[in-house]
Amino acid sequence: MLGDYSLGDLGAIFAMQGFAGLILFSVYVLMALGLAVIFGQMGVINMAHGEFMILGAYVTYLCSTFFQTHLPGLFGIYFFVAMILAFLASGALGMIVEWTLIRHLYKRPLDTLLATWGLSLILQQSYRTIFGAREVGVELPSWLIGSVQVTDTIEVPINGLFVMAITTLITVGVGLLMYRSRFGQQVRAVMQNRPMAGAVGIDTEKVDRYTFGLGCGIAGVAGSAFTMIGSTGPTSGQLYIVDTFLIVVFGGAASLLGTIASAFSISQTQSTLEFFLSGSTAKVLTLLAVVGILMVRPQGLFTLKVRR
Amino acid sequence: MTSPVQTLSKSLTVNDNPFMKPMEWVSLALLAAFILIVLPATLDAFRLNLVGKYLTYAFVALGLVMCWGYAGILSLGQGVFFGLGGYCMAMYLKLEASSVENTKIQSTPGIPDFMDWNQITELPLMWKPFQSLPLTLILVVAVPVFFAFVIGFAMFTRRVGGTYFAIITQAIAAILTILIVGQQGYTGGINGITDLRTLHGWDIRTDSAKFILYFLNGGLLIGCILAAQYVKKAKLGRILLAMRDKEDRVRFSGYSVAGFKVFAFCLAAGFAAIGGAMFTLQVGFMSPSFVGIVPSIEMVIYAAVGGRLSLFGAVWGTLLVNWAKTTFSESFPELWLFGLGALFIAVVLAFPNGLAGIYRSYVEPRLTRKVKALAPVGAPVPHGTPAE
Repeated sequence: MLGDYSLGDLGAIFAMQGFAGLILFSVYVLMALGLAVIFGQMGVINMAHGEFMILGAYVTYLCSTFFQTHLPGLFGIYFFVAMILAFLASGALGMIVEWTLIRHLYKRPLDTLLATWGLSLILQQSYRTIFGAREVGVELPSWLIGSVQVTDTIEVPINGLFVMAITTLITVGVGLLMYRSRFGQQVRAVMQNRPMAGAVGIDTEKVDRYTFGLGCGIAGVAGSAFTMIGSTGPTSGQLYIVDTFLIVVFGGAASLLGTIASAFSISQTQSTLEFFLSGSTAKVLTLLAVVGILMVRPQGLFTLKVRR
Repeated sequence: MTSPVQTLSKSLTVNDNPFMKPMEWVSLALLAAFILIVLPATLDAFRLNLVGKYLTYAFVALGLVMCWGYAGILSLGQGVFFGLGGYCMAMYLKLEASSVENTKIQSTPGIPDFMDWNQITELPLMWKPFQSLPLTLILVVAVPVFFAFVIGFAMFTRRVGGTYFAIITQAIAAILTILIVGQQGYTGGINGITDLRTLHGWDIRTDSAKFILYFLNGGLLIGCILAAQYVKKAKLGRILLAMRDKEDRVRFSGYSVAGFKVFAFCLAAGFAAIGGAMFTLQVGFMSPSFVGIVPSIEMVIYAAVGGRLSLFGAVWGTLLVNWAKTTFSESFPELWLFGLGALFIAVVLAFPNGLAGIYRSYVEPRLTRKVKALAPVGAPVPHGTPAE
């Protein structure tokens, strides 16, 4: 398998595949971050998470067409506007969903799973009715097109670099919010001991709602970033949902660091294997490895030690 | 819902715990009459085959009632077992359909056509056992149950449960689908195993064969209901219920919680596998589209609509949802997904015990009052809406 390539070629292959893996890693991290926040905080499985992501992608698409027709002069920066709008749209929808649906089901986590699956079907069909069944893509501003030549065998696409930069920023932002702000402190307090947090005066219902909104909002930003590297269809979200769940579970729920580590290992394994094997075999091997490890170590890579 | 302590103490007095209560016998008789007499008498061959297909899903729903409703284990990967059972059957039928004289034009005669297209020149080892019918009939149930045992044993002895278990079963469904689609030469890929003709020399494509298979299917379904009822009424069923409500208390009483969970999961897998095999026989093909995440979750909604604690409800729910699906997707394809999504939410939010719950809290009290007033005669009305 490796014999046909020279050492230099192999280095370049690993670098390029590693970079492709990094882009995959960025999308995974963005999706998993939102899910980890929601799952870690409330133990709620949001099966409609992929659809919240796609909502962000469609918002970005609408923004790009709007800027193209009405504000062509500002087209270069539309993406930043789109990202904020995507966050707000997905976050607002998330808070509505939490208020109407999820908050009645906190005691029944398995039922939440089914209800959010129903929600995801409704959202998918809405997207299909509104935007059509065909996949849509956005026009990239000119400064995002092209690639950087690192050596003569290695080159990296600029949009990939941009997505990675965005991911880093958002991850740091979420980390600061969760571990350095008053809101994050409340979220973690509710997560560790709900009745006690309520007793010291934290409005746990409000914290729940904002956390769910935050998680969905991050999903929206993930969708926004996703448009940079792929096209969007009504069912695109579903393709990623299982991987994302596995990442969150594999990383150990309620641990941001674990989520990032597991997203990194899964995406790198998958993209490196993809070069040598067929895409489907690579995916099967990666997922099997994850499920196998989870069978031996069900609590995931990193665990939070809480006295219950 | 009664507390576990009450249910346990009830089971100690065996005499007032008959195999089935009179009302349950009536429900069973109604269901049997509906499946075995009313439907065959009123539907044409095509529609009857369609109902036969729905009823194969009822096996899965029945398994979910035991595994999810009673033992509290939600599996989102029942399609895996349905598919494995179906594939085992399909492999036997396919081998019979690709006899040497049927496949003369291939470069290697005697192997299934899709293997020939994928440059495989010898029958893979995995396919060898399926040349014999008795072995196939054993493997149809044994393979999925063994698979369920491995998954269940690994997860439950480490006390993985609830949402974690659901996610992992879902991932397994995804893995198996990707594997089947990817290994085209061994599995038939995305198209599945098609062009199945005979079962041990008996042509399964004729109307009369489909008629017989329908009754075989109905009979097996009622057999499975009785088997599930037996488990439910035995002490085993009480332990399953107690485990769902207060797992730790059961564990501290000295029962092996993991063992009972593995049993419930394997039982559900066995039911699903029988359904899958009957599906292949009646519909004439098997494909990965019945294995993956989407069909697996849809099978959960059948049990949820019927009532997650009711064996009969599961069958009625399956028929009702599938009937609605066929009707709506024929006339309003756009609306169906909205309807299905709303169904998921409504069942969970408003009717957590499904049709059976509605029947039990609204219809049954009135019925018993009327029956008492009219005693000794009075025929109860069937619960659930008859499909078709």
